[in-house]
Amino acid sequence: MKVRSSIFASLCLILEVLGIALFLRGFFPVPIKSSFSSKSKLSDLPAEPFTGSSPNSSKLPDPLFKRVVIMLIDALREDFVFGSNGRNDMPYTRHLVERGSTHSFVAKARAPTVTMPRIKALTTGSIPGFIDVVMNLNSPALLEDNLIWQAKAAGKRMVFYGDDTWIKLFPKHFMEYDGTTSFFVSDYTEVDNNVTRHLDSTLRRDDWDILILHFLGLDHIGHISGPHSSLIQPKLLEMDDILKKIHGSLILKEAEGTLPYLLVLCGDHGMSETGSHGGSSEHEVNTPLVLISPAFKRKAGMEKPSTVEQVDLAPTLALGLGLPISQNSVGRLIQPVAEEASLRDQLRFLHVNGHQLGCLLKDSTPAYEKEVGYEQFRVAEKSHGNWLKLMVEGNTSEVLTNMGKKVLKQYLEALRAMSAALSKQLGRYDMYSMVVGMVLVFQLLLLLLLAMPEALSSASLVDLPVSSALLSLPFYLLCLLLSSVHVLVCTSAESSCYFCSLSWGLVFGVVALSSALLCILVAMGARRLSLGSMSSGKSPARGGGGWSLSELDILLLVGTAGHTLSLAASSFVEEEHQVWYFLLNTLCLAVFQDVCRKYFRERRANAGQVGSLEDEDQDEMASPLADLGVTDMGSERWLALVTPLFTLVCCRLLRSFNQTGVQWAHLPDLGHWLNSSEHKVVLSVVTTMSLILIYFLVQRRCSWVSKIALALGLLGVFSYRAAVGNVMFPWQHGSRNLSKGTVEARFVYVFVLGILFTGSKDLLRSQVITTDARLKSRGLWEIYSGVVLLVSLLFRAHNLPVLCCCLLVQTLMAQFIWKKLHYDAAQTTIMHYWFGQAFFYFQGNSNSIATVDISVGFVGLETYVESLAVFLTALSTYAGPLLWAAHLVCYLSSENRSSVAVGHGCYCLALLRSVPMAAYVVLVTALRYHLFIWSVFSPKLMYESMHTLLTAAICLFFTTMEQSRSSSRL
Amino acid sequence: MWDQEIRQMASSHAIMASGVFMATVVPAVLVPGFSVYGTHLLWLYSVAGSVAVVNITLFWLLGVSPPTKKHTLTYKVSKLVRSCLYLFLSCLFFHTVVVLYGAPLLETALETFSLAVLLTSLTTLRCVCVLGPNVQAWIRVFSRHGAMSVWDTSLQMVVGCSVVGAWLGAFPIPLDWDRPWQVWPVSCSLGAVIGYLTGLVVAPTWIHWHRKHLTYKSK
Repeated sequence: MKVRSSIFASLCLILEVLGIALFLRGFFPVPIKSSFSSKSKLSDLPAEPFTGSSPNSSKLPDPLFKRVVIMLIDALREDFVFGSNGRNDMPYTRHLVERGSTHSFVAKARAPTVTMPRIKALTTGSIPGFIDVVMNLNSPALLEDNLIWQAKAAGKRMVFYGDDTWIKLFPKHFMEYDGTTSFFVSDYTEVDNNVTRHLDSTLRRDDWDILILHFLGLDHIGHISGPHSSLIQPKLLEMDDILKKIHGSLILKEAEGTLPYLLVLCGDHGMSETGSHGGSSEHEVNTPLVLISPAFKRKAGMEKPSTVEQVDLAPTLALGLGLPISQNSVGRLIQPVAEEASLRDQLRFLHVNGHQLGCLLKDSTPAYEKEVGYEQFRVAEKSHGNWLKLMVEGNTSEVLTNMGKKVLKQYLEALRAMSAALSKQLGRYDMYSMVVGMVLVFQLLLLLLLAMPEALSSASLVDLPVSSALLSLPFYLLCLLLSSVHVLVCTSAESSCYFCSLSWGLVFGVVALSSALLCILVAMGARRLSLGSMSSGKSPARGGGGWSLSELDILLLVGTAGHTLSLAASSFVEEEHQVWYFLLNTLCLAVFQDVCRKYFRERRANAGQVGSLEDEDQDEMASPLADLGVTDMGSERWLALVTPLFTLVCCRLLRSFNQTGVQWAHLPDLGHWLNSSEHKVVLSVVTTMSLILIYFLVQRRCSWVSKIALALGLLGVFSYRAAVGNVMFPWQHGSRNLSKGTVEARFVYVFVLGILFTGSKDLLRSQVITTDARLKSRGLWEIYSGVVLLVSLLFRAHNLPVLCCCLLVQTLMAQFIWKKLHYDAAQTTIMHYWFGQAFFYFQGNSNSIATVDISVGFVGLETYVESLAVFLTALSTYAGPLLWAAHLVCYLSSENRSSVAVGHGCYCLALLRSVPMAAYVVLVTALRYHLFIWSVFSPKLMYESMHTLLTAAICLFFTTMEQSRSSSRL
Repeated sequence: MWDQEIRQMASSHAIMASGVFMATVVPAVLVPGFSVYGTHLLWLYSVAGSVAVVNITLFWLLGVSPPTKKHTLTYKVSKLVRSCLYLFLSCLFFHTVVVLYGAPLLETALETFSLAVLLTSLTTLRCVCVLGPNVQAWIRVFSRHGAMSVWDTSLQMVVGCSVVGAWLGAFPIPLDWDRPWQVWPVSCSLGAVIGYLTGLVVAPTWIHWHRKHLTYKSK
């Protein structure tokens, strides 16, 4: 069966996406759950270990606290409270930490440091899997056993104000609530006022037991301007005042004889030096945890706060309130909290906690009895029993106390070990699904590679031996074999496996696909081999295929391979932008060398024809620059020479626009400089200039309707930025009240749709009615300009110069380099891909989840519409690669290119994406127990998969373009 | 075919390599507290200096550089001045390229410029010695099939190896190992010097290996 290479490539890529989806499903582990789906009950609690025969209680000791106020400040970093600025920023809190009856800790959050998984961690005590990040934007109700559910079941009355994620997670749990949506990141006062306005009345009342406050303002400030902005201090002071108010009213309510209150100040995650979060740098992970209660000893001075895990809060609160610990909690009691209780109660608390951890361990590991922690717990339980026996017998000697302390120590040790063992358990993978996905991806990659000579031939047709493979005996045998393997694996696997839970039809489809691919691969491989031996037998002089490689080809191949290899190192994943910038610079230099060579060699050749042997002196005097101006094609040569250099300078400039990555992300960059309020005028000017330049670069090849639409659209972009408050209107200096700019953004959307519509209309007309190549290229260009307009709306104001540079480089390179130097489609595609990758990072992206700008999903929307928000976010994140791919289509299908160029480009794009993707899938599988797997490699895996999906869509677009071309040719 | 020249080249390359070696060892003995990482710039300049001295002396003694037609003093002086000018321009060129590759513009300007000086001494200086201050000849040698003698081929190789060495030397910088040789510009200058030494070894070996197939167009 003969297939055109573009169709072949898109087909491969789409199947690959399916394989990746299967792999991802297997890779992101389902969090450990207790085998009982029910929730913990008080009646399930273990009895106090007692070797005697007296009536031992299975009750919990009396609760330590009556009321709990949890004040959760989003993105509260540890050093905001405990650092050197804490004394000024949060004076009251600091005073309490140093002198009050408090316990202070640094609570370590786990990656991903995003709000919803952290709320889950705080309430369930378990560590939510990475996949929760993806679900972060729409939080369904939390069904797992959790503290809030337990409190409600125990009849506690709860009040909640703050981030509405809580309300979605715990619907109908709160007696009274008021949620604020956190999506309008630019607002940082109203979100907190929404919380504070209820505070006075609530604090005056007595009808609640637990009050939870979640303040979002600080996080929003971090997103807008970073942790060192001038907005931070007033916000922290405001928070400090709120804490003071709560503490004061709690003290007032305090009555003799009742249980004390507990006030918890904590953060869900920190913020990085750039103000975002999601990764696992020190600043993002370390949050303060201050527990304030009259039950604690007064502090004498500032001590260095000790470190606990964030998940430890859940069991501590549960025990402090006399509730059962939620089943899936991997946290352990923060022991100082119970310090003032009697030794018996303390031991009981630890025993309950240990028992719960032990149960969880039993459910999650088959060989739980060999775990060190479990053994230690058994020993501690036994000595606990002995101690109780002595105590009940009335022994009150020093020996008893010492023994009790020893038991306490044993318990703590056991808890620590069990908690660690459980945390390690969280990375359990569904290897079978992963392997199946990986095999599919690899088969497709091999297929792509084997088809290379045919796909890149001048016919651009790939001969796939599909029918012969499907009718061959090995195919059926393989199907049978793989099916039996599947049955064998699924019946023997003890853990749950996604691929096994699929329906039989689907599984058989995958099995048949895989075996068919294998057969095709073998057939093609055999054909290649026989062809190879034939050709080498015929003409030994030609050697291996007869493809001579220039330096540029070598660079392109080595660069692609080198980049793929570099993904194995976590630092290179974190700093991937450096690799791309480096490669891009080298590419520009290589192109420069090519240009030089072309023009100077030509000149020399001409000189040789004339036959005037140059004298040495003349040769020396004639500097290369001097004679350029004299020749006929002078200006063009000049421009061709200058273009790579200009691109180099551009890249250097763009590199300092957005510092990304991890190691150097804190360095000052132009983006921050432009965004600070003092430089608003500069930003306005830069934005205006960029928009004008964008207009002139894009309008060249549009129809006049689109030109007008584009101009109006770009005007709309500026007024949107002005309405949101990023830039200033030149005629409006006073402070205007800021809006969300919905009207302006929708105005732009209308023009985007209009331009896209005209473009597709032109394309359709060129395809159906006339066979006008010019009409078609205009249509393509209009679609491209529609995308540019949309991107310029979505990009932040300081990123508009990046877009502008992108267009400028595209125009210059197309005009003076790609056309003039006659690079073939494959070379051009690789260069486009490299540029696309580099611009992905130029626009401020990185391989950490933290840099995804979700505020883009709300441009021009009043409410949160999930599908649109996801689409817009993906579009703006991958704007760089997308724009370069769009430009590639326009360039390759422009009039004077050969008709197979689009097919070649599509094939190369698919191959370029498949190689790193396949390699990365293997790498991630091999490194699945690496320390940084969750913080570094998993986000990258998400990015890579998303990019592959996007490339598949682009390849489909390529295919339709090529199809119309060939049909118009007929 | 070119046995004598290859022998000459091998021995001269050996002397150059030992020059680099001496430039590392001698200051280590003489200067207290000298180390390649710690006092990196000192090492860098000592290597650059020794390479320059050895190159100029050797090529002057060997007489590889193209014969001059005029023997007037002014001509010689102008040639010398032009060589110096080209060397300086090449320093600036390398500095610019390194900055374009991402080196900080102002903060580590001295280090960057030192690297540029080292690269110049490893590459451009040899060009000046072999080909004279003649940009056309340089362009000829570095374009495809442009070599006209064994020395041109060796020049291509040594220069290529040095530059590629410096290029490869930049790769360890983003790694988070916190080693002293990851500090800018240690890895790059080390890479350049190692590449240079490799080039010195590879060039005569390769030429010796391919001496049967080597053909050069005459001028």
